[in-house]
Amino acid sequence: MTKKIYTKKEWMKTLAGLKSSYNIFVPVSDGDFHIFKAMDDKENPDFNFKNTRLSPKSVIYPQSERLFEFTLDENAPDANIIKQAEKDYFPQAIVGIRPCDAHAFQIVRPNFDNPEYQDPWWIQRYESTTFVGLGCNNPDSTCFCTSVGGGPFSEKGLDALLYDLGDTFLVKALTDKGEKFLKLAQGGKKPDKTALKASEELAASASDKIKNKVSTDKLKHKVQTELFEAPFWDEVAFACINCGTCTYLCPTCWCFDMQDEVFKKQGDRIRNWDSCMFPLFTLHGSGHNPRARKVQRVRQRFMHKLKYYVDKYDNGVQCSGCGRCIKNCPVNIDIRKVCELMNS
Amino acid sequence: MLEYVEKIRETAIKLFKDGKVDVFIGYQKGSIPMMNQPVLINSADQAGLLYWDRNCGLNLCNYLTRRTDRIGIVANGCNSRNIVTHITENQIRRDQLYIVGIPCKGMIDHRAVQRAVKQQEILAVEEHSETFTVKGKDFEETFNIKDYLRSNCLVCTHRNPVIFDEIIAQPVEEQSGVDAYKDVRQIEGMDSENKWNFFTRIIDKCIRCYACRDACPLCYCPTCFVDESKPQWVGKSIDPVDTMTFHILRAYHCAGRCTDCGACERVCPMGIPVRQFTKKLNKDAQEFFSWEAGLSLDQRPLLDVFRPDDYNDFIR
Repeated sequence: MTKKIYTKKEWMKTLAGLKSSYNIFVPVSDGDFHIFKAMDDKENPDFNFKNTRLSPKSVIYPQSERLFEFTLDENAPDANIIKQAEKDYFPQAIVGIRPCDAHAFQIVRPNFDNPEYQDPWWIQRYESTTFVGLGCNNPDSTCFCTSVGGGPFSEKGLDALLYDLGDTFLVKALTDKGEKFLKLAQGGKKPDKTALKASEELAASASDKIKNKVSTDKLKHKVQTELFEAPFWDEVAFACINCGTCTYLCPTCWCFDMQDEVFKKQGDRIRNWDSCMFPLFTLHGSGHNPRARKVQRVRQRFMHKLKYYVDKYDNGVQCSGCGRCIKNCPVNIDIRKVCELMNS
Repeated sequence: MLEYVEKIRETAIKLFKDGKVDVFIGYQKGSIPMMNQPVLINSADQAGLLYWDRNCGLNLCNYLTRRTDRIGIVANGCNSRNIVTHITENQIRRDQLYIVGIPCKGMIDHRAVQRAVKQQEILAVEEHSETFTVKGKDFEETFNIKDYLRSNCLVCTHRNPVIFDEIIAQPVEEQSGVDAYKDVRQIEGMDSENKWNFFTRIIDKCIRCYACRDACPLCYCPTCFVDESKPQWVGKSIDPVDTMTFHILRAYHCAGRCTDCGACERVCPMGIPVRQFTKKLNKDAQEFFSWEAGLSLDQRPLLDVFRPDDYNDFIR
């Protein structure tokens, strides 16, 4: 597999040169935090970041996306006929995605792409995407990727991986998609032995910097109904205000709601992110709500991530250990603590 | 305000021992720096969990709504004003509450602290009486608390609780001569296009998580208008028109009720200055009706009183 080394300045130029081949999404500084944005003339990538406030899940799975359209104009030949909205699946690349976020797409994948159901929008967008990761030299104290099957230099779900060696980026292709990306990427040199050694040492030392250890080993063997009825849920849920921060910032939360919106005679069927924290999420047409109480909703979020997913897919937990919910929960509900409670 | 911690614990223990409360609501120390967690304890032996420092910037009144038991609760100035509002709006009864008053010296603006250390990760914060020390992997810095107070605390004129059953320390001196509405006047001075642009810009990062609404003790409607589905009042996508509708309507629902506790701004994951929506309404309430929310149990809320002799023509 190809390996190249770029000075950081050269890398920026190379990325700009790739814009005709890919829509490129990069971390951009936006006030107090970073977010992924499409690289254009206004947005400069900033790879000197911990992780972005929002995960890059919206690059594959937008918060709001028009899937179908229809016209209510009775005079139109296709009146009231719902048609797929046209989509552009031009190749795109997420450059600088952290390994936890790339791993998250692998965690999410069985939901959108399995033998029974294939979500054409998610799959096509996913397949048109090249994931160019950036290893984490300095993971945060809230990171726990190593407890959930990842690591600061994990290659899971990545097509290429960048090593930040100070003044240079060493980039390593990991898949055919990654090879193609590096072939199209202008410039760069073959890395010498010193650089290769430095990159290996960097990766080895980064894992040790993650001090968190969250136990997930017993989750699979727990009895679902017993966990469901566990005595700790009231205590876990007390502080929760049932906002959507955790679910919307989470790279592995995938739930959505379908809405029809009509303006004059033009109608759109839109898919929007939804959140199990919201009462409306489970409200039935009858008016009955099976999760009417806060504690039921909080329990659902953790049971889904740490038990139902584990049982259904046999693919570990539905969490990549990015720590966003820990850092940003308005009331400090800490998934590490809840996981320990569930696993104990 | 660490000196309050022991006092709060002692008070809670006494309340449980005297059988005065069934539960006690306060804060416990959070799992990350500059973050505490609302906690409910059921017995005196859990009192050791209770904590209080300059990072208790949510609003505990949120957790009182329609409870039926007897509750002990800590309340600083703004939280106590929300408790008053809750009582006058029939969300809780006064005789259910044992309010432990906290003379508040203001909360720390965690975002400003993050900025001051250039967004490096903060691993520990030590609070002293006038200063606090922030520690990270390769840095340690000490700041004056007064330079890092939250913007709502800087203009607060009700630091002491307005209602309490006991107060855990001598009242603190209230701030005087603060200019609470400088920013609002600036916006008032804009033409309508610039005003619209201003508010459009501040919400352009909104992800519709509703944390601002959910952290607000005023937002206790059984079903919020954004969650209504029959009829549906507002679109669910991130279309800017729908997002703006949410923010403006939310703010108007708080008119004459907001105590500027700042919880909405504290919780926003995107750092939106949400108070810009409610502050103008607070200013209007004060200027047109000499009204500040939640100061007395004897006053009906601003927008549910009618006086035949009202000086305004439109109401007669």
